[in-house]
Amino acid sequence: MDNFDYTTFLREKKFPLIWCAGCGHGIIMKAILRAVGRVGWDQNDTVMVSGIGCSSRMPGYVDMNTLHTTHGRAIPFATGVKMANPDLHVIVITGDGDATAIGGNHFIHAARRNIDLTVVLLNNTIYGMTGGQVSPTTPRGKKASTASFGNVEAPFNISGLAQAAGASFVARGTAYGAVQLSKYIEKGLLKKGLSVIEAMSPCPTVFGRRNKMKSPVEMYDELRDQSVPVKKAATMSEVELEDKIVTGVLTDVDKPEYTAEYAKLIAKLGGSA
Amino acid sequence: MPVTKRNPRVRVMTGNEACAEAALAAGLKFFGGYPITPSSEIAEELSTKLPASGGKFIQMEDEIAAMGSVIGASLAGAKSMTATSGPGFSLKQENIGYACLTEVPCVIVNVMRGGPSTGLPTMPQQSDVMQARWGTHGDHPIIVLVPQSVAETVELTIRAFHLTEKYRIPVILLMDETVGHISEKITLPDPAEVKIYERQKPTVSPDEYLPYKHTESDIPEMASFGTGYRFHVTGLCHDQTGFPTNDPVEIEKQMLRINRKLERYRDDIIEVETAGDADAEIGVFAYGSTARSAKRAMLMAQEKGIKVSFLRPRTMWPFPDREVLAMGEAVKKIVVPEMNLGQVAHEIEWAVRGKAEVVKVNKINGEPISPIEILAAIEKAVQ
Amino acid sequence: MSKTKDNEAPPVIEINAEWCKGCSICIEYCPQDVLALENGIAVVVNLDDCNRCQLCDYRCPDYAITVK
Repeated sequence: MDNFDYTTFLREKKFPLIWCAGCGHGIIMKAILRAVGRVGWDQNDTVMVSGIGCSSRMPGYVDMNTLHTTHGRAIPFATGVKMANPDLHVIVITGDGDATAIGGNHFIHAARRNIDLTVVLLNNTIYGMTGGQVSPTTPRGKKASTASFGNVEAPFNISGLAQAAGASFVARGTAYGAVQLSKYIEKGLLKKGLSVIEAMSPCPTVFGRRNKMKSPVEMYDELRDQSVPVKKAATMSEVELEDKIVTGVLTDVDKPEYTAEYAKLIAKLGGSA
Repeated sequence: MPVTKRNPRVRVMTGNEACAEAALAAGLKFFGGYPITPSSEIAEELSTKLPASGGKFIQMEDEIAAMGSVIGASLAGAKSMTATSGPGFSLKQENIGYACLTEVPCVIVNVMRGGPSTGLPTMPQQSDVMQARWGTHGDHPIIVLVPQSVAETVELTIRAFHLTEKYRIPVILLMDETVGHISEKITLPDPAEVKIYERQKPTVSPDEYLPYKHTESDIPEMASFGTGYRFHVTGLCHDQTGFPTNDPVEIEKQMLRINRKLERYRDDIIEVETAGDADAEIGVFAYGSTARSAKRAMLMAQEKGIKVSFLRPRTMWPFPDREVLAMGEAVKKIVVPEMNLGQVAHEIEWAVRGKAEVVKVNKINGEPISPIEILAAIEKAVQ
Repeated sequence: MSKTKDNEAPPVIEINAEWCKGCSICIEYCPQDVLALENGIAVVVNLDDCNRCQLCDYRCPDYAITVK
């Protein structure tokens, strides 16, 4: 346990949080703030950028340079911030709909480009703010306000998508495993390159209720029971892993980072930033 | 033969190349773009010249991302720009609205081609005059400049940066394909002599800073990210602190303030060229490359003894309604040639309030409007 | 038996009733059964058994509970 006082990073005047009782987003926000505290980033030099949705309300509560952008576009805005001033630490807060539906193109290209952003993707498998519509990560068969008979589509494996697209760091954690999640985020913050931390976050209000999970605790129990550490997952078959959440650091490689490569180009051309 | 020293700033170049050069002279530090005909040369030029001057160029994955990156870079303190054409301009609109509401300075170049849809990628049209004004949803302030030549592209590109930094209103440089691709001899400005307004930085401490303060000027001071002013920026309607609000009184106050900037500073923002005969019965209103045909038509008409006056906006939006009304009060008819079906003619009809008849000359087949065609309209109008 | 060592001050658990939404996560996952729900708000009912693991704080979505 760490003794970092994360309240120094809070805009307490804006509390209580907009999120519903039992929503995982507040837990994930705290895991982020603890991680930022451990790596020692100055809040004046840190920018938190988000898109639209429940998760994207996070920057409003965080005392940093904060930017709440348009739906799906947090990564492009963050890319501009980071390129204009590479000395800034840039954290992107996004959700499953924001990052992999409307913003899917930006997500994969940021991974390909390997630009030094830390993307914390809060995956609650639903569009919460708009009332529980099916998202790109809603499991097959689960109900949503636009999938009354159960979702007939296959969900994205977000971490797999980030890995395939070239992100240099990919990890998956859960709001239940908040301590471990914070450690994955810390590693992501320190990584030079695009980091994606997929954080599974229960949505008791519009997902749980519709899918026969009566209390927030029931949803956290499920997260706990579904979680399989990446090492153990390696020994399991695809069938065994079907409804599981593989947690841990999934990718951690060093490769050229975009803004560093661009700085080399400027130096080569004799320009000075 | 005496050897004259060649002035390296005297060059032959296209409007697109000139736009890139002028942006650099104005202090451009970030360009985020996406390839699209007929604007791509702007991105190509800047991809080599920006890094050489310490700036940053990025080709984003789409037009939406390009516009987003421009806003992000501006918030981090960089003079920022993107360039596009019709279809890409449509895609950028949501984020242009974001820049309008959040008052983030930025320049958007639209080299207009034929539309709608993929339309005529390599041919000129003045297709987006209305989209430039009303492309994004909601009431918003926007400034639109329309150059008629390569030389004027240089002037108005620099002016675009000046206005956007001064008023915190996004500025659209609305070129047409003819202006973008025509080659002309120009003299590039000496960057050392280009003086433009730099955005007003906070004059108060971070504790006292209100990013959307109601000030006497209506223009709040703007901090950059990373300078110790930890403020919040959102596309939601916000109060003086920058945080979302549902208070109807404050929402109205903020919305009226951002829109009021246009009217309040219209005389500084609006520029027009006037020419021709003071006692004319026929007026000609034209803009962009069409204005050059129109001016030629005016000269041809004058040679035939027809008195013609001429009005050309360098600023299209806010609309020079008073200047148009003055013309409407002086003439009987206003000939309005446009490479569209009359987007601005309607605006002129509104502005002249029945004081003069508006005669439309329209073309949307990808060809420019010739002086002969405009002359024919003038001759018909005097009958 | 108190989990607090003799030379250590007992833990202080602060609950912000204004922010607590009564989701019960802190209560259900407290390994020492220190907390309970009263009138829809988490309350401390068994401070003696608190071992300062801070799991309630880590998992409180609403920043309503701290352990010192």
